[in-house]
Amino acid sequence: MDVMDFEDVLAAYEPVMGLEVHVELNTVSKMFCGCSTAFGAEPNTQVCPICLGLPGSLPVINGKAVESAIRIGLALNCQIASWCRMARKNYFYPDMPKDYQISQYDEPIAFDGYLDVEVDGETFRVDVERAHMEEDTGKSLHVGGATGRIQGADYSLLDYNRAGVPLIEIVTRPITGAGEKAPQVARAYVAALREILRGLDVSDVRMEQGSLRCDANVSLMPRGAAVFGTRTETKNVNSLRSVEGAVRYEMCRQGAVLSEGGTVRQETRHWNEAEGFTTPGRSKETAEDYRYFPEPDLVPIAPDAAWVEELRATLPEPPAERLARVTKEWGFTDLEMRDVLGAGAIGVIDQTVAAGATPQAARKWWLGELVRRANEAGVELAEVGMTPAQVAELQRLVEGGTINDKLARQVIDGVLAGEGDPEQVVATRGLSVVSDEGALSAAVEAAIAANPGVADKVRAGKVQAAGALIGAVMKEMKGQADAARVRELVLEKLS
Amino acid sequence: MSSAPLTSADVARLASLARIELTPQELEQFAPQLDVILESVTSVAELAGADVEPTSHALPLTNVFRADEVRPSFTAAQALAGAPAAEDNRFSVPRILDEEA
Repeated sequence: MDVMDFEDVLAAYEPVMGLEVHVELNTVSKMFCGCSTAFGAEPNTQVCPICLGLPGSLPVINGKAVESAIRIGLALNCQIASWCRMARKNYFYPDMPKDYQISQYDEPIAFDGYLDVEVDGETFRVDVERAHMEEDTGKSLHVGGATGRIQGADYSLLDYNRAGVPLIEIVTRPITGAGEKAPQVARAYVAALREILRGLDVSDVRMEQGSLRCDANVSLMPRGAAVFGTRTETKNVNSLRSVEGAVRYEMCRQGAVLSEGGTVRQETRHWNEAEGFTTPGRSKETAEDYRYFPEPDLVPIAPDAAWVEELRATLPEPPAERLARVTKEWGFTDLEMRDVLGAGAIGVIDQTVAAGATPQAARKWWLGELVRRANEAGVELAEVGMTPAQVAELQRLVEGGTINDKLARQVIDGVLAGEGDPEQVVATRGLSVVSDEGALSAAVEAAIAANPGVADKVRAGKVQAAGALIGAVMKEMKGQADAARVRELVLEKLS
Repeated sequence: MSSAPLTSADVARLASLARIELTPQELEQFAPQLDVILESVTSVAELAGADVEPTSHALPLTNVFRADEVRPSFTAAQALAGAPAAEDNRFSVPRILDEEA
């Protein structure tokens, strides 16, 4: 596939993007029935007559999902519809057993919002056209063919556990004027949106598990043109890195097509995460006819002003305001703050401080040991597997002298391995610092006896030689001793 | 009613959307029949004045919600009991797209 150099694309064309983000809500039950939404269950064990669309079944809306939808809308500065309906989107595709998906059409619950995102110190306002409620579809497994994709498959297998899980689709207006920063703006938007959703506690927002999914619409228009070019829609963009990569790739691919006098086909494209390019999927030359109509089985949703204001009062602090507050409260240096921002650690440090740790201690754990673990596991910091409350508890154990920093790292091992809170890990792994003075004293005497030469040097005043003795004691105690106390004991005994 | 009568091309499009195979004779035959039905339904519009909103629901209710609580689901065997074909506890369906799609 021909691609044009990114700089050359920018010289000739202006990119236009539209981002559609699907968010699975973290309700315990589905949108219209009581089936569990837990991830990873055996196929077709979280289905019932309603989500399978069996005759005679009737859906009922999950009230918590509507609350979450309204809170998301409010957090994105949207208007909330005072009256709206669900709609049937009709299509023949086996990912929905009903042959339709319950969605919203021209009456979204939230509309006309925005989200400000920052790239390299420059703020871009991304306009949010709408956020609407719908249900997720089932999962298809395509059998036969070389690629596991739908093309060339012999047949397909369907698991409907996911069918009916509450989904919010958030659609931006066309994003123009980002130029060379378009790929970064796309990434920053999805990152900021994810941070907001996490703060609202409405979704797990785990891109790798598909609870947050992004489709990127990209088109190019010649510089100075007033009419948008033909767009492609890239699906399967399942990490922040991919959002940036997919936009950049499509710009370069479309640039090559256009500069050679070709036309961009309006189509769905598939992002190949491993190789970093897109391949054509379904052609959209014939517009789909979904024959939307108001869902007759569900009465309208009419959030009154009192309810909306009640929900508005539950919103967390907006990210920009939080940043201003913590910058003032934490007193970090500019360099420290830049590292914190780069690691995406504002939220977790803020929560760790709220749980009782000092800002410096919270920063130490998150930007040291935990960033390293997150990188090793290839996950975001907030998904590393240790909560801010657990980090605060770990720090309390260190400050209280129960463990030292070295043991703390083993405690982190235990927490990440699912062994419970830090105190539990200390108890079950037997990790606390030995404070039994008798045992320590015996170990110090044994070390002195085993290293008479070193002991003589210390006696002669070479205090730095004591390090070898302290090391021997710490080794004997398997690291579970307070090194400062060991040093005191060594010097005491040799004075 | 004022709109143009249904043509067999309209019926062919509807049939394709509904995945119903019709012969050319059937297309010809159904066009005027469907027209009669449409006209009968449209006559309702003559009764409704400009002040009457289109009705989508017969019940004057809004905000009918359920609590977010898990209720028992089917077992996979129950779910698949009516499936024409199944494999590995999943519904099996014929090829979705042709090779060139």
